[in-house]
Amino acid sequence: MGKLQSDFRRELAARGVSRREFMGFCSAMAVAFGLPKGATAMIAEAIENNPKPTLVWLNYQDCAGNTESFLRASKPTAAEVILDLISIDYHEVIMAAAGHQAEANLRAVVENQKGKYIAVVEGSIPTGANGAYCTVGGRAAIDIAREVCGNAAATIAAGTCATFGGIPAASPNPTGALGVGDAVPGIKKLINLSACPMNAQNMTATLVYYLTYGDWPALDKLNRPLFAYGKSIHDACERRSHYNSGQFVEQWGDEAHREGQCLYKMGCKGPVTFQNCPNVGWNDNTSWPIACGHGCIGCAEPDFWDKMTPFYAHIPGFPGFGKGSNIDKVGFWATIGVTTAFAGHTLVHLGKKRMQSGKDTPADPNVNPKGGEA
Amino acid sequence: MTHIVVDPVTRIEGHLRIEAEVDGGKVANAWSSSTMFRGIEIILQGRDPRDAWAFTQRICGVCTTVHAIASIRAVEDAIGAKPPPNARLLRNLIIAAQCIQDHVIHFYHLHALDWVDIVSALEADPKATSDLAMSISDWGKSSATYFKGIQDRVKSLVERGQLGPFANAYWGHPAYKLPPEANLMAVAHYLEALDWQREFIKMHAILGGKNPHLQSFLVGGMATPVDPNHQASLNIHTIAQFKKLIAGAQEFVSKVYIPDLLAVASFYKDWAGIGAGTGNYMVFGEYPLSDEADPEKFLPSGIIRNRDLSKVEDFDPSKITEAIKHSWYEYDGGDDQTLHPSQGQTKPTYTGPEPPYERLNTDGKYSWLKSPRYDGVPMEVGPLARMLVAYARGHEQVKGLVDAVLGKLEVGPAALFSTLGRVAARGIETKILVDKIGDFTDELAANMGKGELRIHDNSKWEPASWPKDSMGAGFHEAPRGSLSHWVHVKDGKIARYQCVVPSTWNAGPRDEGETPGPYEAALLGTPIANPEQPIEILRTVHSFDPCMACGVHVVDTGGREVTRVKVR
Repeated sequence: MGKLQSDFRRELAARGVSRREFMGFCSAMAVAFGLPKGATAMIAEAIENNPKPTLVWLNYQDCAGNTESFLRASKPTAAEVILDLISIDYHEVIMAAAGHQAEANLRAVVENQKGKYIAVVEGSIPTGANGAYCTVGGRAAIDIAREVCGNAAATIAAGTCATFGGIPAASPNPTGALGVGDAVPGIKKLINLSACPMNAQNMTATLVYYLTYGDWPALDKLNRPLFAYGKSIHDACERRSHYNSGQFVEQWGDEAHREGQCLYKMGCKGPVTFQNCPNVGWNDNTSWPIACGHGCIGCAEPDFWDKMTPFYAHIPGFPGFGKGSNIDKVGFWATIGVTTAFAGHTLVHLGKKRMQSGKDTPADPNVNPKGGEA
Repeated sequence: MTHIVVDPVTRIEGHLRIEAEVDGGKVANAWSSSTMFRGIEIILQGRDPRDAWAFTQRICGVCTTVHAIASIRAVEDAIGAKPPPNARLLRNLIIAAQCIQDHVIHFYHLHALDWVDIVSALEADPKATSDLAMSISDWGKSSATYFKGIQDRVKSLVERGQLGPFANAYWGHPAYKLPPEANLMAVAHYLEALDWQREFIKMHAILGGKNPHLQSFLVGGMATPVDPNHQASLNIHTIAQFKKLIAGAQEFVSKVYIPDLLAVASFYKDWAGIGAGTGNYMVFGEYPLSDEADPEKFLPSGIIRNRDLSKVEDFDPSKITEAIKHSWYEYDGGDDQTLHPSQGQTKPTYTGPEPPYERLNTDGKYSWLKSPRYDGVPMEVGPLARMLVAYARGHEQVKGLVDAVLGKLEVGPAALFSTLGRVAARGIETKILVDKIGDFTDELAANMGKGELRIHDNSKWEPASWPKDSMGAGFHEAPRGSLSHWVHVKDGKIARYQCVVPSTWNAGPRDEGETPGPYEAALLGTPIANPEQPIEILRTVHSFDPCMACGVHVVDTGGREVTRVKVR
């Protein structure tokens, strides 16, 4: 047993985490990545033997929802070990130091661990008012982000605000807010964990992947890990059979609602949203929004505050909708319909973004929603 | 005179900057500034009011339910929707669970490190720590071996030089007064609370699909079906889950949080004489107990002025105004004007120094927060205000607990008007709520039993059923205090939206008459042992539990049309 490994085992023991719980965690991670059975041992070995990488977490135009989500990383308690495996040297919401001392911690990481640390960004970055819409220690967010993300080994955008601009960038985007990929072009490695907030499970899985393979998971064209964003909510939904049978909730609290039938007519955006909510659930897989009785609002998709609203309007109507029609075809046409509508909107929105964010900020060529491929 | 800047103020939600002048070892002047702005109310213009809760909810992911609750209440008020009894109970459950979880996180993860020196815990004797723990509580995890394990863990962090989030703080500062054993006990409970909050918040996952950002709110009710005979509904199994989680919370709060609070407070009684602030307290009231138009509330509303507990005024919403003389906004009528939120008007206009900057111009505008006032005076809101109003109104449980805590600490009621008073009031409220939340569960179960399954007022769902032009207000007691949302609905769309938020009440800048806000007032006279390490400022500011993303809001009266693709 190597030194790090025995240190790690001691640490687990001190935290009251049994070997069995730890292996259970690694196995859950292997399942999350869709890896074969033997991968569990490999993940465990990698976690035990690699030194703790440093992580800094930057909060900008945010609500701290992604931080809170991260703090809910679920049992087995070994998930919490991830917090220990990574040395979180800067995180304004949890760190003990404040003011100059806090800033010094961040500076030390950027200077001493150049190109080695992981940066996490939560919240969008405003480009209006010369950066005055968000300052930390008197410095504009965009200034700090350029320096910190520019020198990081990788940057993880946590949540839809950091990923795609999110709610501050919703029309009419009063502050010229951008996601980190748009605000700081040319980041070495960008991983987008969209959703509002991001699911803690996807953050821990991404970090475990890195600890295990020394590399980052495969990404879709929006830089989101395929293991978490490769499938639509609709395809994995536990209520899919009701959709296929034409059984729909018509009113909140009606018999169909109480029985758990399909929420499509109540505005569910599951067919055009790509995330693994139905598989991993929320809060230790206790529930997830559709299981709870409310439709998906599409929070993992770019510009969802504009494209998925009004939330209670069902995605476009089509002839012959209802019981007896070919629902799979119906679902297909619905998706095509909404995709077309979005594509039109995207052009309008891109133009607007360009205007608001100033000349030197390139528009993201990937803003087209993932739904476009459905 | 030394000028201090604390920015970022950490262990809070959002972006807060404190500037202060220290003279003769005490704060002589203080300025509170919020340095982040998003403009969510501008974004709401022209949208469907039934969507507003999801937008405003994103104001804050820490108190993740509060703006959703205030929003649906405001829109219901505007369109005349009447949520059925189950919706009231589900909301009460959500509100109480939020408050309980939020208060525990605040005490352990956001505030404790101002009072607890982690490094000092290394010197503790595990056996003596165990004795201390057992002398104040019969909580199970209290053996010497257990505390030794925690201590070893901290030791290994220090030895490896990987203190992570605990690095470079004010450890060893003379203002830390706890003996090493109390420090070690508190560190152990810091870690336990991290586990506990994750478990307890499953209440919200059951009631809202996920936390943060629950997704079961509806204008007119809730989206969580209630039916004892369906697996896809809240059913009798759910009631059992609630009971288990609530029992766990009662145990943790009674056996860990409250004993820790009393133990820590007993070493910091001098802080019962520091940080009082404005001395005015405001509460809107919360937990409606019936479905009538103006229901009795479990925690009552009221106004207390000048620390006078013998008189409680009734709250009058028409007396709220907002000033912007020192805020980065403009009013058409000039900077000295004040406006009621229903007439609120704001144009963001940044006039501060261009970043990067060293100092704000505090003679001019210096914050993204406005300055809300009640009847022209600043009001403190939050757990202390709620406990004071309930105490002064003779609320039985509150009175009993407040008196017990004061007795235990051997101080009088005047001690409540302080930094320590805020910390104590938060703990007392948590205990009151873990004992109350079970009643809402029982009532929900009783409704299921008698076939009362309604969760939503369907009659007001379609915009065609709404008035053409109407105003609404929604009031809520968030963990951090009194929150109000104001909405103008016209032709089925939002014409104006405004939030007046707890952290705006507490953290706002000076008003048009140069009267400081509650943070600014509370910091006056605070002793500062070392201006390079102003831990005392953090103590008082953290005692309010700042939530800055909540505090910053803006309204646009221009009625700007939102360009969006309609997917209908």
